[in-house]
Amino acid sequence: MRTTPPLPCAGQRARRTPRILRTWRFFSSAAFGLAVFAQTPPLVAEDTTPRSSAPAPSPTASFERSGIPRSTGRIDDLVFAKLKHLGIEPAHPCTDAVFVRRTFLDVIGTLPTAEETRAFLKDSSPAKRTALIDQLLTRTEFADYWTMKWSDLLRVKAEFPINLWPNAAQAYHRWIHTAIRDNVPYDRFARELLTGSGSNFRSGPANFYRASQSREPAGLARMVALTFMGVRAEKWPTEQLAGFAPFFSALSYKGTGEWKEEIVFFDAAKLSATAATLPDGTSVTLSPERDPREVLADWLITPANPWFSRALANRAWSWLLGRGITHEPDDLRPDNPPANPALLDYLAAQLVASHYDVKQLFREILTSQTYQLSSVARSDAPAAEANFAFYSLRRLDAEVLIDALNQLSGTTEKYSSAIPEPFTYVPDDQRSIALPDGSITSAFLESFGRPSRDTGTEAERNNRITANQRLYLLNSTHIQRKIEQGPKLQALVRAKSAPRDYLDNIYYTILSRPPTEEERRTVGAYFAARKDPRTAGQDLVWSLINSAEFLYRH
Amino acid sequence: MNLHHSDDPRLWNLDTELRLLGLRGAPMSRRAAIRLGLLGSAGALLSGSLTSRVFAAPPPHKPVAKAKSVIQIWLWGGPCHIDTFDPKPTAGADYTGPLNSALPTNVAGMQIGELFPLLAKQADKYSLIRSMTHGNNGHETAAYMVQTGRASGGRDVFPGTGAVVSLFKGYDAGYKGLLPPYVVLTELQGRFSEAGFLGSRYKPFATGGDPGANRFVVEGVVAQGVTDERQRARRELLHQLNTLERATRSGDPRLAALGQCETDAYEMILGDAGKVFDLAQEQDDLRDRYGKNTFGQSCLMARRLVERGVPYVTINYKGWDTHKQHFQIMRRKLPELDRGLAALLEDLSQRGLLDSTVVWCGGEFGRTPKVLWEAPWNGGRGHYGKVFSSLVAGGGFKGGQIVGSSDARGEEVADHPVHPSDLIGSMYELLGIDPEARLPHPEGLDVRAIPSVAADIKHSGRLSQIM
Repeated sequence: MRTTPPLPCAGQRARRTPRILRTWRFFSSAAFGLAVFAQTPPLVAEDTTPRSSAPAPSPTASFERSGIPRSTGRIDDLVFAKLKHLGIEPAHPCTDAVFVRRTFLDVIGTLPTAEETRAFLKDSSPAKRTALIDQLLTRTEFADYWTMKWSDLLRVKAEFPINLWPNAAQAYHRWIHTAIRDNVPYDRFARELLTGSGSNFRSGPANFYRASQSREPAGLARMVALTFMGVRAEKWPTEQLAGFAPFFSALSYKGTGEWKEEIVFFDAAKLSATAATLPDGTSVTLSPERDPREVLADWLITPANPWFSRALANRAWSWLLGRGITHEPDDLRPDNPPANPALLDYLAAQLVASHYDVKQLFREILTSQTYQLSSVARSDAPAAEANFAFYSLRRLDAEVLIDALNQLSGTTEKYSSAIPEPFTYVPDDQRSIALPDGSITSAFLESFGRPSRDTGTEAERNNRITANQRLYLLNSTHIQRKIEQGPKLQALVRAKSAPRDYLDNIYYTILSRPPTEEERRTVGAYFAARKDPRTAGQDLVWSLINSAEFLYRH
Repeated sequence: MNLHHSDDPRLWNLDTELRLLGLRGAPMSRRAAIRLGLLGSAGALLSGSLTSRVFAAPPPHKPVAKAKSVIQIWLWGGPCHIDTFDPKPTAGADYTGPLNSALPTNVAGMQIGELFPLLAKQADKYSLIRSMTHGNNGHETAAYMVQTGRASGGRDVFPGTGAVVSLFKGYDAGYKGLLPPYVVLTELQGRFSEAGFLGSRYKPFATGGDPGANRFVVEGVVAQGVTDERQRARRELLHQLNTLERATRSGDPRLAALGQCETDAYEMILGDAGKVFDLAQEQDDLRDRYGKNTFGQSCLMARRLVERGVPYVTINYKGWDTHKQHFQIMRRKLPELDRGLAALLEDLSQRGLLDSTVVWCGGEFGRTPKVLWEAPWNGGRGHYGKVFSSLVAGGGFKGGQIVGSSDARGEEVADHPVHPSDLIGSMYELLGIDPEARLPHPEGLDVRAIPSVAADIKHSGRLSQIM
């Protein structure tokens, strides 16, 4: 770990030290407090217009624009109509600063850098939000982050309790990553998984049927229903599941001469029943001439199928808005109706109309006013959140949180796999959202609710804060070291810039916005009261990292 | 009746209240408690069948608890049974290596390995199970089996005992302690042996740091270089800069939870709760008795934790995977284990805590009884899941007993095989955990605390002879 800050002018030690001391003395003086809230023009054009004359802007000013939200399309029409019907006032639109941070975190699982945030806020183009969305949808991190998400659902993990084995987990991950990078239409993506066969090392999708807690036909049927229909087949009547299971009864597995290689194949001789029943009640006759999974795929993956497109539409909405239209997002059933059926129907229809273009679906959701509402609720009605009257707060995913801390501090993590031996080590600069295998992990990821990839349910990811997590963030040596010794934070904390810029830089880096005048005063007073400006700067960084605003998507 | 020894959460609260009133330590009569309206049905539960219980058959209802806490000394890597708790001095040098004698103990007829002179004086406090078996020789799978009582390789990842105890004796059961209900000294063992499908809420708090160091720097509790004054100052700054919390004026439940977690965290950082980790509060001679090393001080730390009501403490004691240099390592490690564990048993006993604290010491398997003299092992021992030993003490387990036995060379179970679920089930029973209690399964499946007899897992039943 580096302990010295990156200082310029290596030959000027004699002159440099007094200048730093002068700067620090300035920070520790009352003059800093005054300078911090001196009325220089704010950086951001948007922030000046609606409320520059207000004497003491309310804390909501950092998060919401004034004015009521206006519909930008069909999604908003449907959401706002429902809210009006319920008598719920929607939140105001979010500010540009909230938007840039939110979309980076939601779309690419990555904190925007201070430069990216500033560039966006300075941009005066009226279409800049849509332009940012389009740009994010093409970033490398988009594929990394959504591959992580799909790897949770498709259970990409080398060992325990399901043994995919490391080479197979890597092949599976690579296949998913390529598909997401290339924006392979969702119908093709699903069909390739649903009909996956071949070697676990050579064919990514072959692992779909290996990454199952049960290889019994009924177990595989449950897994397929969960993954592609968003339903819990264990809640079905027994005979419905029994009718569905034969589609998987001819699936076979065999080893090869290569250690840990396994072939998944259709074994016509194993076909246990010729009669099967599709989940909609249609009877089907299975024949040894055709893999029953093909028959199932022909039924499932069609525009007319009521489950397939709705399941994905509901998932996509929940991933971006924090809550499914049907909630839990993978528990669709008649007695768990969607909060807004017309909205779910519309999104499913849009998915089909775009030929299952998932990015296009994301884009439509992201550009809606509904997505761009502030997280500051304007209604206490219990139904407000379930009807998307404001943007739901969500603690950052374990992986996104540690990546963000590394990014802003300029530090790295060690990841390793305890199983199998020999231990797997990964490069220092590995981002956790791009880890290819759930067996490769760290104590931080384990403690902060990374899913274990055992069941493939959305609920496996646990983003609820615990006292142990809080303790860790507030006071662990791991986090403290990043703050004190991380080269990027050291540079920020020790910077010799004018106080206004000094604070701006720290705020843009951590909270992706400029500080409010009140915050400038608070920080100025803190610096004035502390003897050592370096520890005061570290305390500021510590406070912002531990704020709800940093820890939550908002 | 001493209320202090009850496991009923209502009584724990009562205990706390009594402590606040300065009444703790004075046993309160049941009648007095009922008069105060504090006992209710729990009093009836405790007064009745306590002495007439029959432990051999699984009870139909929640058993009455004898134990409040568990200290699990986990010998990660697999300690050799015949060099520790199941000596075979007559088996010959190919089996004993240089450790070819056994020590008599303070219990007639009970022998123990020659490197355990201090434990030999405490044998009346513990029992030895010499017929543990599961037959698996892989570290991870064996560790999973020993700590969950389940077969490995099934569709679910079952929680380990610590997580199950945390579920039934922790916050959900009315535990009000500020210390986490499940603490591991000092490092996590890995996902497969901890919370399983119960999820991160039931994962242990791993202390990090080294109890054997001058200052035990507990991760999250002790921040070196940050004074208490600075802790308070920056906490105040954090509160002043909580712009989002002030903006969401309706009081978002997620932020309320964050605030509660912060309050709890500061009880550990600045409040009294965290002081439990300050080993300097103990007398020097007592610290020496435990051994001034990581393991010894971990044992002392564990006593301090159970003394404050923590239901489950694991000491993750590594270094027992002795494929090579086995006997050199035994000569170094066994005296350390001897000193720390003997001091722990004696100290718990002297403080009246042993009756309410289960001490469970063992690893995931034993080691090959026949010494591997050949290269590359050159006097090492391999993995051995067919038969191995565990030590149990306190919390309702009798002392001075031997359960089961291995054959003359420690290669096979000779009688009364004990499977991991037998030991775990016995422990749950002593803790008052209903073996039939349902675990919250993510898919709503019917999963019980202890697998039922119908499940595909071997059972011999509870360890009734030592309970």
